[in-house]
Amino acid sequence: MVTVRRRDAAPEPPWVHGVSPAVPPAQISVIEAVFREILRNNTMWQYTLKRLIQGITTVWFIATATFLAMHNVPGDPLSAERGTSEAIRANLAARYGLDKPLAEQYFIYLGNFVKGDFGISFTQQNRQVNDIIREHFPVSATLGVLAVIFAALGGVLWGALTALYRNRLPDTIIMFMVILGISVPSFVFAALGQLTLVNLNALFGISLLPVAGWGTVSHMLLPALVLGMGTMAYLTRLMRSSMLEIIHSDYVRTAKAKGLPAARIFSRHQLRNAILPVITVLGPAIAAITTGGFVVELVFAIPGLGRYFVQAVQQLDYTVIMGTTVFYGAFLVFMVIVVDLLYGWIDPRVRLQ
Amino acid sequence: MTAPFSNSQVLTPADFALITQGADVHGLSRPSQSYWQDAWARLKKNRRAIVSLWLIVGLLAFALLGPLLWQIDPARQDIDQISQAPGAERSASIVAPYEFWGGEALSGFDNGTGLRLGAQANSQAVRLLWEAAPDADGFRLYRNIFPVDGGLAFGLPIAEFPNSLAGFYEDRLDLRPDTYFYSLVTLDAQGALTTEYQTLEVPVHRVITVDEVRTRALVSAAAELAVGNEVFLALHPLGTDYLGRDMLSRLMAGARVSLFIGIVAPFLFVLLGVAYGATAGFLGGRVDQLMMRFADFVVALPFLLFMILFQVVFGIGPGESGIVPMLVALVVLSWPSTARLVRGQILQIRQEAYISASRLLGARSSYLVWRHMIPNTMGVILVTLTFAVPSAIFTEAFLSFIGMGVAPPTASWGSMSNEGLATMLTHPHELIFPALLISITVLAFNLLGDGLRDALDARMRSFE
Repeated sequence: MVTVRRRDAAPEPPWVHGVSPAVPPAQISVIEAVFREILRNNTMWQYTLKRLIQGITTVWFIATATFLAMHNVPGDPLSAERGTSEAIRANLAARYGLDKPLAEQYFIYLGNFVKGDFGISFTQQNRQVNDIIREHFPVSATLGVLAVIFAALGGVLWGALTALYRNRLPDTIIMFMVILGISVPSFVFAALGQLTLVNLNALFGISLLPVAGWGTVSHMLLPALVLGMGTMAYLTRLMRSSMLEIIHSDYVRTAKAKGLPAARIFSRHQLRNAILPVITVLGPAIAAITTGGFVVELVFAIPGLGRYFVQAVQQLDYTVIMGTTVFYGAFLVFMVIVVDLLYGWIDPRVRLQ
Repeated sequence: MTAPFSNSQVLTPADFALITQGADVHGLSRPSQSYWQDAWARLKKNRRAIVSLWLIVGLLAFALLGPLLWQIDPARQDIDQISQAPGAERSASIVAPYEFWGGEALSGFDNGTGLRLGAQANSQAVRLLWEAAPDADGFRLYRNIFPVDGGLAFGLPIAEFPNSLAGFYEDRLDLRPDTYFYSLVTLDAQGALTTEYQTLEVPVHRVITVDEVRTRALVSAAAELAVGNEVFLALHPLGTDYLGRDMLSRLMAGARVSLFIGIVAPFLFVLLGVAYGATAGFLGGRVDQLMMRFADFVVALPFLLFMILFQVVFGIGPGESGIVPMLVALVVLSWPSTARLVRGQILQIRQEAYISASRLLGARSSYLVWRHMIPNTMGVILVTLTFAVPSAIFTEAFLSFIGMGVAPPTASWGSMSNEGLATMLTHPHELIFPALLISITVLAFNLLGDGLRDALDARMRSFE
């Protein structure tokens, strides 16, 4: 079969070099699309590279700050063992490399860190920090991702609703809830959630959801909701104001004037544009949620990395503290970069700048 | 032909006469208002913001004047009233000092069957009696504060008896004026519980001995005391916590900690941020780049993790409250956001015509910064400051909640919430009061911040 090229087909833009034919957008994943965008676009390349280098320097800064902070802690990790003789202390110091000069320790630490080795725990015999992170981070990450999903979906939904019902009853009710969500600390939500659940479980005589612990999906729902609550309230406010701004915009009026159904204006014109500011704050929101998670982990007895971090701080477990902090720092820095790149893909106006 | 306008009138040459000869041409029809007067007028119209302002004034009075009116040491323990709910019964009747009990029923208690009281139950002792159960191999005695429901939850096991003879037991374990449910469960040959049990509901009255009244100075030294008299225990308007400490005075002490950190820390870091941001924005170029890159680094530090880390680094010595380390950590970690904001503002203002005019007139840099740039960013700075307060209060509460904030016995709303969480089901007031105060404070500052933002800066005004 002969393909006929339409005569009025637009010529290829000059900045497209050696690209494979476009695949229908429905078939590629978001990540793939971002990579395509990066490969296709020269400035995008530069931007990504710049952000990555910035990210790596930031992680280096975090690692250095953590190292310096930890070496200024009063007392040392070996002082936990009471009554050890000088010789034993010296041996222990040699084993953990604490007898070397500070500068040397720093470079050994950086070198190991580049290799992805965070060392051995001080308080748990022969346990690698990497193992601890590998075991506990997935728990925190699962909780965090679920919380972000709750927060983002809830925020967009409630925000859009309040804007549509501006100054009417649904708006008043939701905005009242939002103010509560911003003003009530998450541990209070956690306690109230548990209390409600206990009473509900008692009322129905069955266990609707477990009150604490970890393991199944049912364990995750309440903690994730509690963890995402503050962010959800914040995103609702953001979504509302961005939605209200868009309702008054020219293109929405045009869409209305040309007779588009309200549902289509809402989904294609208002929602899509109003979501953009929400996406920009998603990076910092992920950061806040994952590091803020340990309060919720504590209340719900979830074996996440945050709870482990608090424990390590209480026991002055140097390597675990440093490893966890640097790991979290790196995670957050790259989360923000990924969100920024995603933003460039979603909003073409950003790419032009 | 009709007139083109409905309200048209015939114009005469007199209508086009000059009116500049009038005296009031240059007069102002309304009083002149400065920026701040205008902002204040707008803020006054915002009812939510004004209510919040009064709430904040009230909270400050609670923290600062409260301790003058309610002079009870927040660390003092009242061991007679532990975990006492607000408004609980405070009366206690005076009894003779405790005497050994050999299991004989007192008069008035000498008939009855099954599990029964052997004497009047009071907070000194609960004395129980029961008969032999011929076909059983032993008993176990339980105590619960909830009714025994379907034989499932007997509560706390307090004693076990290897034989099924008639017996007695005297319970003196941490008795409070409350209703207790005692259950005597029969055991089988293996010592396991059978389904057979009897339950007794025991209301416990608070009693106190003359010596205890004297040592606790509950009545004046001259007062005559006799067995059977009623005395009142110390008053705790909002109840006591799990160590018997007065909730009201602890909430006041906590308010001082929370508001001190919540107001002083933002003030300091906003000051630092303004100085840093203004310097970077004013100098511009390479210095600006370098300074802002450093600020970016600090922003990237995982906030709560580093707050905890700094708490450890500064260390809390014995007898210290841990407030100063928290303050320093907050300032060190929080200044960059203000610095960024102020720098952006300064860069914008630098382009304004009045700056060029001032420069042309010979103004020095310091004059430009202090007279033009800082005052013009003041609105933004004030709004930032107001929004920084609730987040600082939140941070303090979070850290104290996980035990990384103020050191006990210093009271803080966060640490009080944490302590109250453990007994949420039985003594909810220990969680509710501090949690409510945190929420109200944060709410008030947030609403005031919203109001200030709307009043001070038209560009930042949200679509409400």
